[in-house]
Amino acid sequence: MGELRLMKGNEAVAEAAIRAGCDGYFGYPITPQSEVMEYLMAERPFERTGMVVLQAESEVAAINMLYGGAGTGKMVLTSSSSPGISLMQEGLSYLAGAELPAVIVNIVRGGPGLGTIQPSQADYFQAVKGGGHGDYRMLVLAPASVQEMCDHVKLAFDKAFEYRTPVMILSDGAIGQMMEKVVLFDHIPRRTDEELIKQCPWASNGRPKTRNHNIVTSLDLDPAGQERVNLKLQAKYREMEKKEVLFEEVQCEDAEYLIVAFGLSARICQKALDLARAKGIKVGLFRPITLFPFPATQVSNVGNRVKGILVVEMNAGQMIEDVKLSVGCKVKIEHYGRFGGIIPSPDEVLNALEQQIIGG
Amino acid sequence: MEDQFIKTDILKPENIVYKKTSLMTDKPLSYCPGCGHGTAHRMLMEVIDEMDIVDKTIGISPVGCSVLAYDFMAIDMLGAAHGRAPALATAIKRMWPGHFVFTYQGDGDLAAIGTAETIHACNRGENITIIFINNGIYGMTGGQMAPTTLPGMRSSTSPYGRDVTTMGHPLKITELVAQLPGVYYVTRQAVHTPNHVRKTKKALRKAFELQKENKGLSLVEIVSNCNSGWKMTPVNSNKWMEDNMFPFYQLGDIKVDGKLVVKTETSEKE
Ligand SMILES: Cc1ncc(C[n+]2csc(CCOP(=O)(O)OP(=O)(O)O)c2C)c(N)n1
Ligand code: SF4
Ligand SMILES: [Mg+2]
Repeated sequence: MGELRLMKGNEAVAEAAIRAGCDGYFGYPITPQSEVMEYLMAERPFERTGMVVLQAESEVAAINMLYGGAGTGKMVLTSSSSPGISLMQEGLSYLAGAELPAVIVNIVRGGPGLGTIQPSQADYFQAVKGGGHGDYRMLVLAPASVQEMCDHVKLAFDKAFEYRTPVMILSDGAIGQMMEKVVLFDHIPRRTDEELIKQCPWASNGRPKTRNHNIVTSLDLDPAGQERVNLKLQAKYREMEKKEVLFEEVQCEDAEYLIVAFGLSARICQKALDLARAKGIKVGLFRPITLFPFPATQVSNVGNRVKGILVVEMNAGQMIEDVKLSVGCKVKIEHYGRFGGIIPSPDEVLNALEQQIIGG
Repeated sequence: MEDQFIKTDILKPENIVYKKTSLMTDKPLSYCPGCGHGTAHRMLMEVIDEMDIVDKTIGISPVGCSVLAYDFMAIDMLGAAHGRAPALATAIKRMWPGHFVFTYQGDGDLAAIGTAETIHACNRGENITIIFINNGIYGMTGGQMAPTTLPGMRSSTSPYGRDVTTMGHPLKITELVAQLPGVYYVTRQAVHTPNHVRKTKKALRKAFELQKENKGLSLVEIVSNCNSGWKMTPVNSNKWMEDNMFPFYQLGDIKVDGKLVVKTETSEKE
C-alpha cells in the first residue's frame, strides 16, 4: 500500500502530479484552487523530480504554456477555477485541434461572472459540451473524493497521452478544500528525453538530421484537409465512448427509484440514499465518473428498470440533459439543484425525491 | 541546347557562391512578391544552419502572414494562437533548457493581442529570442490598423489616416521592453537591402549565441514592408518605409549586453 496522508483535494492534485512524473505546472492564482500552486512552490518539485512550476501572468498565458510544453511532448498540468477556465477556452480548443496531451483541473465555483468562491457544478456544459470553438471534446473526469482527486491526475495523464487529447478533471471548491485521508501512489520517475521522444514521435522538440521536421498546429486552410482533421477527432471521441466510460452504481440492483449525481453531489446523495433506505424507500445511486464519455448505456440500463429518476446537481440542470438523452422518455426524470455556491443537504435531496418523484 | 550548356558548364560546385540553405523547405512561399517576411525567414534559417543547432532548435510561428512559417522552415515548430507565442516559448525553454527557442511574430500578434505575454516573457527574462516583424499593419487580415501604424497612416480600419486622438499612438513596444531588466539584447533592423540583410543576420546570430549564455531575452525587431497592405509596389513600399517608418522606428541597437544604448548622431544615421 502507498503512503497514507491527510490532505486537501487541491494538495492531493499537486502531490499526484509530482508523483505521476509531470514535467511542468503552469497556473494563475484563483480561489478555491490556489493551494495547488502553493503546495507545488512549497514542495519544490524542481528539486525533487526536476518538474518545472511557474506562476503565469494570466490563465490565457498558462494554457498556452501548456500548449507549448505539450507540443514538445512534455507532461503538463494546469489548475484553475471557473472564471480562469473561461479564459482558457481558446487554448483548450487549440490543444484539442492540435491533438496535444494536457491535464486541466477545474475546481468549479459558482457563476456566472465573478460569481462566488463557493463550490458549484455549473461548468458541466462548458467542460462536457465544448466551451471553446469548434467540434471538439475533452475526456472529463469527475472525482468525488480527495482520493479520486489524486488518482484521477494519474489516470488523466495516461489518457491524455493515449489519445493525444486534453483531459479535464471537473471538481469543485468543496472537494478542492476538504481534507480526507488519501493513499498516495508510488513515485513514477519523469521520462527521460529518449523515452519522451519514443513516446511522442510527433512532438516538436528539435529535429535530428535523420528525420523530417515536426509541425504542431491546429491549422489546415484546405477545407478537405480540415474535414479530415475533424473526422479523425470524431473517430477518437467514438473510441473513447467505447473504451473509457467510468461510473459507479450504489444499491441499484433492487432500486425502485434512482438518483443520478456526479462529484460532490454524489457524496451528498449517498447520505440521502442511506436516509431513504432507513425509511424503507428503495433508492439506488448512479454516479458517472467520466462525464465525457458519458455512461449513456449504463445509466439507461439502470434507469429503465426504475419508476423515477432524480438528477441532483449543484447547477440549474445540466447533466440532466444527458441523462434524458440516454434513458429516453419512458421514465419520469426530474432535476433538483442548488446554485451559486449552495450545497444541498441530504434531507433536502430526500425531500425532493419524495415530492418530485415518489409523490409527484 | 544553350540551357544544357549553361547547366553543365557553369553550375559546378566550385562555381557556386551562394545557395538556398537546406533549412528552407522547397515549398513556395505564401508571401506577396516583394514582402520582407521571406528574407527574414531565410536569414533566420541561415543562422541556425551555420550554428549547426537544428537538432536543438524549436521555433514558434504566430498568427499573421507568417502563420505558415513552419511550412517553410525545415525545423521543428509549433503554431501558436494569436499573440501567445511567448507563453509557448516560456514553457518550452524552461522544460528544454539546453535548446534554442525562438518566436517569430508580427506587430499585431506581439504588440496588440499578445502584449501581456510579450511583456511578461520579457520581464521574466526568459532565455529565448523574439523575432518581431514590424510592418505597421495587419497584413494577413487585409491591411487593418496595427498598434504600430504610424500617425496619419491609412489602413482599412483607419481609411482617413490614423487619428492619434481617437485611435491611440503607435506603440514602440521594443523600446518599452528594452527597459526591463530581464531583457538583455534589443536591436532594430531591416531586410530590404543587402546591407541591411547582412546586419540583420549578424543580429540574429548574436541573439542565438546569447541563448547559450543564459543571459536573458533577446529581441530582434525587423522593420519590414507590407506592399500589399500599404497598397504600393514593392519598390515604392521600400522607399516609403525608409522615408516614413525609419524616422519613427529608428534602426540600430537599443540594448546591448543588458545596457541601454545611448543614441548618438552617427548611430542614428542609418
Ligand atoms: C483570436 C484571434 N483574433 C483575430 C484573429 C485574426 N487575425 C489573424 S492575423 C491578424 C493580424 C496579424 O497581423 P500581424 O501580427 O501584424 O502580422 P502580419 O500579417 O502583418 O505579418 C488577425 C487580427 C485571429 N486569428 N485570432
Ligand atoms: S500581406 Fe503584407 S505582410 Fe503579408 S505577405 Fe503580403 S506583403 Fe507580406
Ligand atoms: Mg503586421
